[in-house]
Amino acid sequence: MKSNPHDWLKEHGDYLYRFALARLRDVHQAEDAVQETLLAAIKNPNFAKQSSPRTWLTGILKHKIIDCMRKQIRETPVSELLSEQDANMDDFFDDTGHWAEKPQAWDVPHDALQQTQFLKVLQRCMERLPQKLAAIFTMRDVDEMDNDEICKELGITATNAWVMLYRARMGLRKCLELHW
Amino acid sequence: MLNCKQTSLLVSQSLDRPLTWRERLAVRGHLLICVYCRRFTQQLKLIRRYMQGWQQQVTESSDIALSLAARERIAQQLDKFY
Repeated sequence: MKSNPHDWLKEHGDYLYRFALARLRDVHQAEDAVQETLLAAIKNPNFAKQSSPRTWLTGILKHKIIDCMRKQIRETPVSELLSEQDANMDDFFDDTGHWAEKPQAWDVPHDALQQTQFLKVLQRCMERLPQKLAAIFTMRDVDEMDNDEICKELGITATNAWVMLYRARMGLRKCLELHW
Repeated sequence: MLNCKQTSLLVSQSLDRPLTWRERLAVRGHLLICVYCRRFTQQLKLIRRYMQGWQQQVTESSDIALSLAARERIAQQLDKFY
């Protein structure tokens, strides 16, 4: 099978870009991840033997995306990551640990139109989340990486990971409640 | 007895790790009497379901594509190495 990097770009470039964009939510970072993936692919001596370039390239891309998220998260010391939203977290509950604002019932989106609308709101809420929280939340809830893997990749403890995921979910839930 | 704050933390963790039987029992007990935490639990599960749907939608959407400029730039980089 003949395989040429320019063909990869033509045939799989958009797919890889969308895959990266869905996870990094940043156009430039997604473009860079695609470029780095193709460059890494060229340097792999077995590239011509791949029978399914898309699957293979996506595998490389996943690693590039994690590298990128790791950078986003490592740029901030853990202590700061965890204190960042403390003020906000306290707003969720009163002094006795009861909901300060009680979770309201949501309409569960049932038809296609509502589902699309719900997704749009969810996307906007993800954009409002601090980037690092969005990154770890994506690893967990989208790519279904297990906690050990996430901690290893990011160099954080399990407890830190749980707290960050909790904050991400609390923030998203609140945002959805306001806008859905 | 758990309060809502402790319950919400455990409910979130139950999506990331298996709870101990003691924790499960405590959460279940609280959820029985607290409609708000029951809602919270359902909503977190809904968010998880939709997160996966959303990424899939973006990845399959044909109207999102590399810009011409980016494509050009990447092609030039490829030329340097291949």
